[in-house]
Amino acid sequence: MKKTLILTTALVGLGFAANADVTVMSWGGAYGEAQTEAFVKPFMAETGIKTIMVDSDNPATPVKAMVESGNVTVDVANIEYADAIRLCDEGILEPIDASTLPAGADGTPAIDDFLPGAITECGVSTDIWSNVFAYDNTKFPEGPTTVADFFDLEKFPGKRGLKKGAKAVLEFALMGDGVPASEVYDVLSTPEGVERAFAKLDTIKKDVVWWEAGSQAPQLLADGEVVMTTAYNGRIFAAAQNEGKPFQIVWDGHIYENEMFVIPKGAPNMEQAMEFIRFATSTEGLRASAQQISYGPARKSSMAEEIIYKDGKTVMAPHLPTAPENMANALETSADFWVDHDSELNERFQAWLAQ
Amino acid sequence: MADAAQILTTADGRPLKAALAAAQGRAKRRAFLLVLPLLLFVLLTFLVPIAYMLMRSVEHDGFAASAPALVEWFDENPDFDPANPPEEAFAALVQDLARMQEERTTGIAGTRINYSVPGSISMFKKGAREAAGLEPPYKEALLAVDANFGRPALWRGMASASNAYTAEFYLVASDRKLTDAGWARGGDKERIYLYLFGKTFMISALITVICLLLAFPVAHLLATLPMSKAALLMILVLLPFWTSLLVRTTAWIVLLQEQGVVNNLLVGLGLLDDKGRLSMMYNMTGTVVAMTHVLLPFMILPLYSVMRVIPPSYARAARSLGATSWTTFRRVYLPQTLPGIAAGSLLVFILAVGYYITPALVGGADGQLISNLIQFHMSKSNWSLAAAIAAMLLAAILILYWIYDRLVGIDRLKFG
Repeated sequence: MKKTLILTTALVGLGFAANADVTVMSWGGAYGEAQTEAFVKPFMAETGIKTIMVDSDNPATPVKAMVESGNVTVDVANIEYADAIRLCDEGILEPIDASTLPAGADGTPAIDDFLPGAITECGVSTDIWSNVFAYDNTKFPEGPTTVADFFDLEKFPGKRGLKKGAKAVLEFALMGDGVPASEVYDVLSTPEGVERAFAKLDTIKKDVVWWEAGSQAPQLLADGEVVMTTAYNGRIFAAAQNEGKPFQIVWDGHIYENEMFVIPKGAPNMEQAMEFIRFATSTEGLRASAQQISYGPARKSSMAEEIIYKDGKTVMAPHLPTAPENMANALETSADFWVDHDSELNERFQAWLAQ
Repeated sequence: MADAAQILTTADGRPLKAALAAAQGRAKRRAFLLVLPLLLFVLLTFLVPIAYMLMRSVEHDGFAASAPALVEWFDENPDFDPANPPEEAFAALVQDLARMQEERTTGIAGTRINYSVPGSISMFKKGAREAAGLEPPYKEALLAVDANFGRPALWRGMASASNAYTAEFYLVASDRKLTDAGWARGGDKERIYLYLFGKTFMISALITVICLLLAFPVAHLLATLPMSKAALLMILVLLPFWTSLLVRTTAWIVLLQEQGVVNNLLVGLGLLDDKGRLSMMYNMTGTVVAMTHVLLPFMILPLYSVMRVIPPSYARAARSLGATSWTTFRRVYLPQTLPGIAAGSLLVFILAVGYYITPALVGGADGQLISNLIQFHMSKSNWSLAAAIAAMLLAAILILYWIYDRLVGIDRLKFG
């Protein structure tokens, strides 16, 4: 009996090892699909290394749990920028040697080819996504054009959708109150700045519908529950492009950040994991990803040629957060600020909500 | 002679008592072996994680393990003045910062201090980068790097974190904040945990009562209908029970939202004007409606199992002895259903207290529950605080369970 037990355990273990050489954990949904198409399938085709994709609500949480319990089953994880920094600080992630990343297609070394901040000690950017706001253009043909319009209930009456959380919402409120993007975090670092952000939110509080899951935002807009909402830009793009919804993104005051590939400490297949990351974050890899979903590549060389959406006709450039015309008034999320203040400001936010 | 009569023996001469005990012992051991897998399973998947969680809520050595010089200094000077720590303290801090930089533990130590003194992570990182190059006097040198290194709250936080065992997370979970003057009640705009605890219990109680009121007649009907009709009705009860939680929650959103089916119907019938649509979703109402629906079967099933075995002859006897139908119900029928009511209420209440996904999706601004904050801290890697909140929740439930045991008696519980 005991022997069979040991035998089966060993077999199961072998089975897992043989089943996948690289296990990638990402967010699932349209995003996970895009990464499967852009990274996983071509990687398997080219190298023959068996790679599987697993989903999580937020891969940072299971990664931490796995490393702390010493039972790591994931080789590569896709996590938020601030988490990539925080978990790296906590010793949960494997440092990544940026010099081993492939040079751009035009020969530029990786370190110069990636946009500033896209490579950190333990992570490499897979894409740049953004918190934007979008409206239904059948309701407002003239449309809101600035962040201030989002907070203008007289000019644009109707309910607003906002993400239920402090991050990106407080910055958004300050920009709506006229703070230039470059000064947002200086203002938010002071108690008066925090007051100011909440005071701005107070002006629309009774007309806000709060959403939590990324898919809720386009749904609220489609149902007519709100006339405009903040959302992840890829979700709005997908709803407009694939389902023909009359949604229009306003790029003024959008808040963008890198999404990172990381390797958990003690990953079972470190070598292949690194090979996967090199493949996925190459010029061609990042380009392929932007052909699947409207998140921008973090390499300059990936944008050298025009990127066409998978439908074969839509030019992606105007839909990417990194497009120059979309960057006129944009804010990059400060990971340092949120690593320090996430807990504190979220408590404050929850208390404000409950008032 | 007398002895032989008293001690009964088996055929082979052993005392009967010992032989019986041996035989029973074997049976007991076999029975124990049979339940052993379950015991191990419960131990591994239930008791160990709970013990680990409780441990986690009072233990965090992130700072204590990476700042040995300061730990030693705090040990020697337990009564130092946080408002004005001496040069040696700063020297120890600089030494530790340099060490953290070398051993790459800045983030872990900074994170631990950041739990009670927000802003510490980036301060520690900055300090650690510069530490190796700092010259005495260290106090001035470190304050020049970041003036916040002189904050009394930081020194209080470090002194407290220099011990791996701490009650800090429980203080934070009861709305205390570490200020320059020590732990104090948070400001009006910061207090959230105790309020949410209260609200979670209130809403759970409300949902339990609504479930009971709705489930009682249904269960009664189920128990008294002829078998074929009861089976059909039972399927109607169980069907939603088998449906995914997310699907049911989303269905309620479709029904109750402002542009939803119910509002459209009311407007279409002219009962509501288009501007006056009811807000039934993304608020407390939505949370209560969706949670009640999700939890209803947990009330119906125990009630049904109890009601099914209540003999109808009791009620008939009461009526024939002259009781009114109300008296019959109150004095005869209701007391017999108590075990079911008790079991159902306990189940629904405890499930409701820990509910997470439904309030997250339909809760809106005022439908948040304490579990949503536990989830937040889990995902933002403050597991100790999440564990402390969870432990408080567990304690509250155990207390309620105890009160319940005193009032109703746990032996009267019947789950069916």
